[in-house]
Amino acid sequence: MNETVISPGLTWPGSSGAGDRRRLAARTSLALIVLLLLVSIVSLGIGAADASFWHSLVTVARGDELSALERVILFDIRLPRLAMGLLVGAALAVSGAVMQGLFRNPLADPGLVGVGAGAGLGAIIAIVLGASLPAAVSLAIGHYIVPVAAFIGGWVATLVLYQVSTSRGRTSVAMMLLAGIALGALAAALSGILVYLANDAQLRDLTFWGLGSLAGATWGKLMAAAPLILLAMAAAPFLARSLNALALGEAAAAHLGIPIQRMKMLAVVVVAMATGAAVAVSGGIGFIGIVVPHLLRISVGPDHRYLLLNSALLGASLLVLADTISRTIIAPAELPIGILTAVIGGPVFIWILLRNRGLLNL
Amino acid sequence: MLHATRLEVSLSERPILRDVEFRARPGQLTAIVGPNGSGKTTLLRALTGETPFTGRVELDGDDITALKPWQLAARRAVLPQATRLAFPFTVLEVVRIGLSCGREGGRESLAEAALARVGLSGFEGRLFHELSGGEQQRTQLARVLVQVWNPVADGLPCWLFLDEPVASLDIGQQLEVMRLARDFATAGGGVIAVMHDLNLTAMFADSVAVMREGHLMQQGPPGEVLTDGCLSTAYGCRVRVNVAPTAGAPFLLPHACAEAPRFERSAPGP
Ligand SMILES: Nc1ncnc2c1ncn2[C@@H]1O[C@H](COP(=O)(O)OP(=O)(O)OP(=O)(O)O)[C@@H](O)[C@H]1O
Ligand SMILES: [Mg+2]
Repeated sequence: MNETVISPGLTWPGSSGAGDRRRLAARTSLALIVLLLLVSIVSLGIGAADASFWHSLVTVARGDELSALERVILFDIRLPRLAMGLLVGAALAVSGAVMQGLFRNPLADPGLVGVGAGAGLGAIIAIVLGASLPAAVSLAIGHYIVPVAAFIGGWVATLVLYQVSTSRGRTSVAMMLLAGIALGALAAALSGILVYLANDAQLRDLTFWGLGSLAGATWGKLMAAAPLILLAMAAAPFLARSLNALALGEAAAAHLGIPIQRMKMLAVVVVAMATGAAVAVSGGIGFIGIVVPHLLRISVGPDHRYLLLNSALLGASLLVLADTISRTIIAPAELPIGILTAVIGGPVFIWILLRNRGLLNL
Repeated sequence: MLHATRLEVSLSERPILRDVEFRARPGQLTAIVGPNGSGKTTLLRALTGETPFTGRVELDGDDITALKPWQLAARRAVLPQATRLAFPFTVLEVVRIGLSCGREGGRESLAEAALARVGLSGFEGRLFHELSGGEQQRTQLARVLVQVWNPVADGLPCWLFLDEPVASLDIGQQLEVMRLARDFATAGGGVIAVMHDLNLTAMFADSVAVMREGHLMQQGPPGEVLTDGCLSTAYGCRVRVNVAPTAGAPFLLPHACAEAPRFERSAPGP
């Protein structure tokens, strides 16, 4: 093999030979976009009320007016809910992928290691204490308080977690999971105290929220959560090259010219914004953040330049699909979506654990 | 020219390097040798800016602490002693990570060329963590090579820092990698390599720095530095240095080998 001389001139630039999964990743993106469109159309078309999307579409195409009821169902219930599902699904999957890259570990998921719990605590504080804000203030920024508080809660939790579990650029899986358990327990306890302080109306808000559901989706909530999520989505691609380099280790990434501290801060903020906003509007929806990036890593590879985009697409599709199932499977009642993602995600997660047993050295 | 003056490093409050003065020239292969724990890796880490130090390290006239990470990355690449990858990248993808962070980011074909250079053509599609130790080390070397592909860029030399580049390689690959480093230096780049194999060092290095207990004992051409006295002091065991019959470079034997009769004792008895 030493004697083989391959002139660089003979290889085609950009040829997609063995080991190059970029074309596969691009094709996957296309397929996922198609899936996303299909799922969205189905989700708009079916639901507890018998207002078919096709029927509406045909009506509009004929130039006829939609009935008032149809319009309400479509534009005030299903459309904001679809948009929320897309945003939250994408946010959960991307924050999972970024966090796994940052911790250099496929098990790091905001929901699993206490970041979601921290965000939840922030949200509960905002719901309970938000009532004591002056009316003028809560009118002006009322919608934004919960997502922003959740962002701050998630941010603090991520920072603590990183400090505890990482020393000299190496993250200990055991430390990360154990610290996550401690953070989760602490957040749950503090939330419990706040629940005692809550009045009846707030209690109803909290219970509803805690179930993990998109049922409360309104344009108002959407407007509050969307800026944080879209900002995180817009920042994530700038992390891709750094996260790839970080996979080689912190020192190697620094030698490759990555400004480590700055990229870590950005990654933590991205994770906290996406998780915080998602948790604020949908409660605890688990497993999307760990299952989606993992499936993509084994099928199209861990290159973050493609992983992040594909995670957003697959996460959005899966959550909307799960939401559609959860609101039709026992219609007219509705299954909280968190239950559905846990029922499917739990076993898949165990499968991931078993597959990685050799790699994880737990 | 890489020049370190009054270099001191402490780790966990323990002084590891004391008052080290080290020089390496572009166009040369400079080897750092010394016993285990003598501070070779620590010296290399200080020279690359990975470990905080007191003193001064100048890379071609620039204080390295004043250079931004990406400016440094355009001028030098570093091969670590070992690498654990967090995710299942293929060999080609690992090399491309180096490519995307170097000067020649757009030249895709370099990845294949570098893999061919380290004897790994045909390994592009293999998963990195399924490779043998030596294959992993050579993949990393290819990744490092594409980061500073041209030994001289924009009128400045590029530098390769290699921590035990041949430690896990078979003798054929050892020679191949040392030749590669040599070629990089001959083309005007600078190479600094931590070495354990003194014979390879004698054969390939232009300058040898001997470390002992955190001090730089001596630095100079192999012929001057690799002597019985210096090595015996550094390693605490007696070595005999001879001259290789063909190349004229020094080659050495541990004292035990030089005194062959001692082996008779360990031969199986009657
Ligand atoms: N993080 C650390 N904290 C404290 N001491 C350290 C640390 N890292 C290394 N040392 C000590 O510094 C000394 C020099 O270590 P270094 O890794 O530089 O040795 P080396 O010459 O590269 O050895 P080897 O040939 O085994 O690779 C050793 O005594 C080691 O125990
Ligand atoms: Mg060492």
